[in-house]
Amino acid sequence: MKKQFKGMVAAGLTSAAALFASTANAVEIEYWQYFFDARVTAMEQLIENFEAANPDITVTMTHFPYADYRTKVAAAIPAGEGPDVVQLFYGWLNDYVQAELIQPLPADTFPASTIDEEFFPMVQAMKDGDAYWALPTAVRSLALFYNERLMEEAGVEPPTNMEEFLAAAAAMTKVDGAGNLTQVGVTAGMTAQDHHWWREGLVRQMGGEPYTNDYQTVNYNSEAGVKALEFYTDLFEGENPVTAIGFMDEPQAAFKAGRAGMHIDGSFRIGSLNNTRGLKWGVTELPAMADGTRSNYSSYWVNAITTKAEGEKYDAAVKFMQYITSDEAMQIWLDVVGELPAKPSVGLTEANANDATYGPFIRGLAYANTTKFANESAQRQLMVEMVERIQLQDMSVEDSLAIAAEAEQKILDEYYSK
Amino acid sequence: MYRNLTIRQKQIVWAWGFLALPVIFYVVIRFYPTGNAIVISFQNWNLLGDRTWAGLENYKKLWNDPVFWKVFQNTFLYLLIGTPLSLILSFVIAYHLDKLRFMHGFLRMLYFLPFMTSAVAMAWVWRWFYQDVPIGLFNNILAGFGIPQIAFLQSTTNALPSVLAPAVWAGLGFQVIIFMAGIRAIPTSYYEAAKIDGVGWWTVLTQITLPLLRPTIVFIVVFSSIGFLRIFDHVFNMTTNNPGGPLNSTKPLVLMIYDTAFNGFDMGYAAAQTVVLFTILLVVSLIQLRLLRSN
Repeated sequence: MKKQFKGMVAAGLTSAAALFASTANAVEIEYWQYFFDARVTAMEQLIENFEAANPDITVTMTHFPYADYRTKVAAAIPAGEGPDVVQLFYGWLNDYVQAELIQPLPADTFPASTIDEEFFPMVQAMKDGDAYWALPTAVRSLALFYNERLMEEAGVEPPTNMEEFLAAAAAMTKVDGAGNLTQVGVTAGMTAQDHHWWREGLVRQMGGEPYTNDYQTVNYNSEAGVKALEFYTDLFEGENPVTAIGFMDEPQAAFKAGRAGMHIDGSFRIGSLNNTRGLKWGVTELPAMADGTRSNYSSYWVNAITTKAEGEKYDAAVKFMQYITSDEAMQIWLDVVGELPAKPSVGLTEANANDATYGPFIRGLAYANTTKFANESAQRQLMVEMVERIQLQDMSVEDSLAIAAEAEQKILDEYYSK
Repeated sequence: MYRNLTIRQKQIVWAWGFLALPVIFYVVIRFYPTGNAIVISFQNWNLLGDRTWAGLENYKKLWNDPVFWKVFQNTFLYLLIGTPLSLILSFVIAYHLDKLRFMHGFLRMLYFLPFMTSAVAMAWVWRWFYQDVPIGLFNNILAGFGIPQIAFLQSTTNALPSVLAPAVWAGLGFQVIIFMAGIRAIPTSYYEAAKIDGVGWWTVLTQITLPLLRPTIVFIVVFSSIGFLRIFDHVFNMTTNNPGGPLNSTKPLVLMIYDTAFNGFDMGYAAAQTVVLFTILLVVSLIQLRLLRSN
């Protein structure tokens, strides 16, 4: 009995030793992102390339449905179970920093001055003093998708400015005998990307500034804001509407079905449009004002090193971060996912900037702003309700705008007072 | 030690041994989270950071939140329209189905089928039924007759009944089956006696059938009330882009809780709402049990 026990202890020790020995040779780090087919495929490619260059490091990727992502990350890291490198939406960064779930990138490998120079300027929202907390592989912006067949049928060209935009929308709108819309010139819905277009696009183009004080003060309750909201609601509230809220349930569904002439959406939509049979589409920059003023919205997902990564795992995580923010990784991400490179050196190459599909998005980055959200879904909901009060309750544009501005300020105050 | 116990004590030990499993299950899976939720409702917690004590702050915020009162009203509208409507419909169907011999089993299956269908799938199909021209079934029919379209979901007044309709329909099958079982359980001798006395069908219905169905009715009322107070799947899936909209006109309490917790990450506030919902469910169930208890 005693002998057996001794043997077991010895066996346990040797196997434990073997385990430690193998970890000394090969560091294994874990990477988490949410599930989106193309993103997973792209990351698999990146991991393969990275492991080929660093044979002593193994990267394991875990992914979940988007709906559970934030909750799972939040639950896992404090329990010591989570990832070493994690992908986050830029808007969540503050919460993660405050909760000490992520650590700043080492300043010697990721010097702030170099990053300021090399990346598109909106990435600077991730900077704190001399250190960056996180960095994106790719960024997103908005552009105007159009249906080539409907354009041809109506005899219009892809619009470059607002006037042409309205004319093209009117030309592509169809109604039946009873006056019901059966085809819209342009899709509309604050639930989709329109709230970004309104905030960072229209309000700025009408001469306003949607927020001041580093996005802590709402500033769109102004003449420019009223003009921007009037422009938007006129699309469906006017005498001859060119669109309807909720037409065919969702804007992107109407566009995919070929029942909408134009549709404003992000670069992430490209993949699913490519998979839509029978749809001939093109894309152009968001319409400019008569004087050429343009404005766009950009957002991004960042990668960060969690506080769980220590010692050799930390070193491996830093190496991995270096690779996934490299030019090579960005080009792979663009080719596979369709999301835009975060560095001008990759994005603004001759081939990429003039690409028929990606070009308009990449050119849009040059005049894009990134809203710093406190609670994106709640802030979007206010835009949805702002339009609903006008549409369903006949409230005036000015009153509805004022209510939205006040409610959004309350959300921001609550968030920043913590 | 076990050996020294009396037979009676041994029996008790065994009984508790077997009972331990469900007791532990309930304590760990039900009571602990419930207690924890009540504690969180007095705290601030965004799921990531530390929990900090907030006192009654979350409840005060709830009291002063106009959305909460709107949602509170919606929740009771679902209950007050949904429960009587489904009760009457299911009784009428069960009463007549019971008398029917032709294709009885087939018809019963048709009524039961929606109950077995996933609420999510059903909600999406109805959501498409309700759309405007050119894709909505109902509006296409209306347009075919030249009648103006009805804004089913894009309206602050029509949206709640539109969302409720499939929810009532989905629960009908179950209630019909329960009612039929109740009707079958009434001894036929009462009906035979009534027949001999030459009593009309109305008297039979109100004096024999309904009074004897009392336990069945109590069960269905309590069961469906709890269901309507907790309505979520139908509302969430029929209004995913604008959950509970337009302008919160369809938002039930459960959806507000979900939104506060998993979009706003304000766990303390969400827990406070949960405690309120728990209290409402408890009070409503107790009142119903008392009112409908047989004397």
